[in-house]
Parts: sequence; structure tokens; C-alpha cells
Amino acid sequence: MSTTPPPSRSWTTRTRDVAVGVLPPEKLLPDGQPTYVASWIYVFGVASIASLIVIIASGSILSLKGPAWWHFTGIGHFFNSIHLWSVELFFFFIVIHLWGKFWMAAWRGGRSRVWVTGAITFIVAVPAALTGYVSQQNFDAQWIATQAKDGLNSVGVGAFFNVTNFGQMYSYHVLLLPAAVVALVTAHVLLVRKHGVVPPFPLAVADQDSAALAEGTGQAGATS
Amino acid sequence: MSVLAAIFNLNHPGHVVHWHFFQMSVANIVVIGLMLLVFALAIVLPFPGAARRRKGVS
Repeated sequence: MSTTPPPSRSWTTRTRDVAVGVLPPEKLLPDGQPTYVASWIYVFGVASIASLIVIIASGSILSLKGPAWWHFTGIGHFFNSIHLWSVELFFFFIVIHLWGKFWMAAWRGGRSRVWVTGAITFIVAVPAALTGYVSQQNFDAQWIATQAKDGLNSVGVGAFFNVTNFGQMYSYHVLLLPAAVVALVTAHVLLVRKHGVVPPFPLAVADQDSAALAEGTGQAGATS
Repeated sequence: MSVLAAIFNLNHPGHVVHWHFFQMSVANIVVIGLMLLVFALAIVLPFPGAARRRKGVS
């Protein structure tokens, strides 16, 4: 008679089995990366995440202290500037990351969801920044809000997003959109871990394409 | 702040480049130019330790 207890079929066991099957620990936290990752062009993804961490940390401090603090005190100005410039760096790095991955065709090898989550993160980050600009509580914010109002009305979504409503925009800026960005970045990183960093194009294939194009018989893009 | 203010005089409306249909602030043009420069440098500059890794030396 066996003394081994029957396998548990609780939801936690099933969730763990699925999670470990999809993303084993050695893939989730690997010992190293392939040789081709040793290039500066692979740095900008993690640089974007580093900027995002500074954005969230400085934004948390600003939300704790409030508009009077960030407008009228020296230390408030400092953290306001940290928040602004970390956003500038975030977009700077994420755009270079996007360019690099576009020219690598980073959706190859079953990585379409990696590409799509990255693209949606960029799209969601834009209103996350816009709602921050209109939450400053100054004349600059009022100017931007009225300009954005005309733009949003012109595309028919003004009834849903009232950029002149500080309360609504502040809620979007400090909760809804950051939560969406963090969730998308988490999914993006987990998908990168699952599929691995996209390798460069094979040089042999690239050379064949170049030779075929030079002869006028090429079918660029026909290779997989 | 006063040190930076001495370097960059911000007490004026922003400068804009306007040529036919193209209109963009100088600040945005500078940022886009810097992004292109950093992108190009990231491709051409060698990464520290990259050659050693390709040779398989740890």
C-alpha cells in the first residue's frame, strides 16, 4: 500500500504547475545572456525600466506632499525636477529601444507578444505623461489642458476624458495609467524571459540577400 | 537653479522652426537629434568585455 498522498488539485497547485511549466526558474532568472547581448543597443530596455523606477519613486513623494510643496519649496522643486527629467529619460530610452528592436525585427521567433506589449506600453505611457502635465496645478497645466481638450474633442473622446478636470486627470496620472504601464512592463519582461532576447539576423542570410539584390533577383524579406 | 539660469535664458517664448508644413520647437528637434546620435553610437561603439565574451573567456 502506498503512503504517498494523492496530488493536490487546489487552485494554488494548478497555478504553480502552469507557471513553472510556462516559465521555469532557470528562464525567469537566468545565469547569463547570449554573447550577442553584449552590445550597447541592448541596454535601452533596462534603462527605460530604471527611469520608470525613478519616476514612480519621485512621483510617490510628490503625491505625498502635494502641489503647494512641489511649487513653493526648494526640496519640492528638486523632486518635481527629478520627476520631470526621469520622464524625459524614460521616453528618450524607450524610443531608442523601439528603434533598435524595430530594425532587429524583434517579433521574430514567436516573439509577437513581446513586440505588442512593448508597443502598447509606449502608447499607454503617452497619456500617462500628458495627465501629469495637466496635473501640475499651474498656468502651464491649464494651457496644455485646453490644447489637449481641443485635440481629444476632435477625435470624439472628449466625453470620456475631461482634461480640464483636475481630479479625474490626477486619478488617471497617479493610479490608473501607472498601474497599466507597470502591468504591461511586467508582462513584457516576463515574455522576454520566456522567449529569450531576440538574436541578430544571421550574417549568411543577410549576405545572400545583399548579393541577390545586387543581381536584381532578390526577394528581400523572403527569408525567415 | 540660478547657476543653470545663467547658462540657459528661459525668460522668453520658445523658439520654433517653421518651414512650409514643418513646424517643431527647437527643444524637440534637439531631443530627436540626440536620440538619433545615441542610437548611432550604441550601434558603433564597442561594449566593454564583448570581445572577451565572444572568445569564450570568462
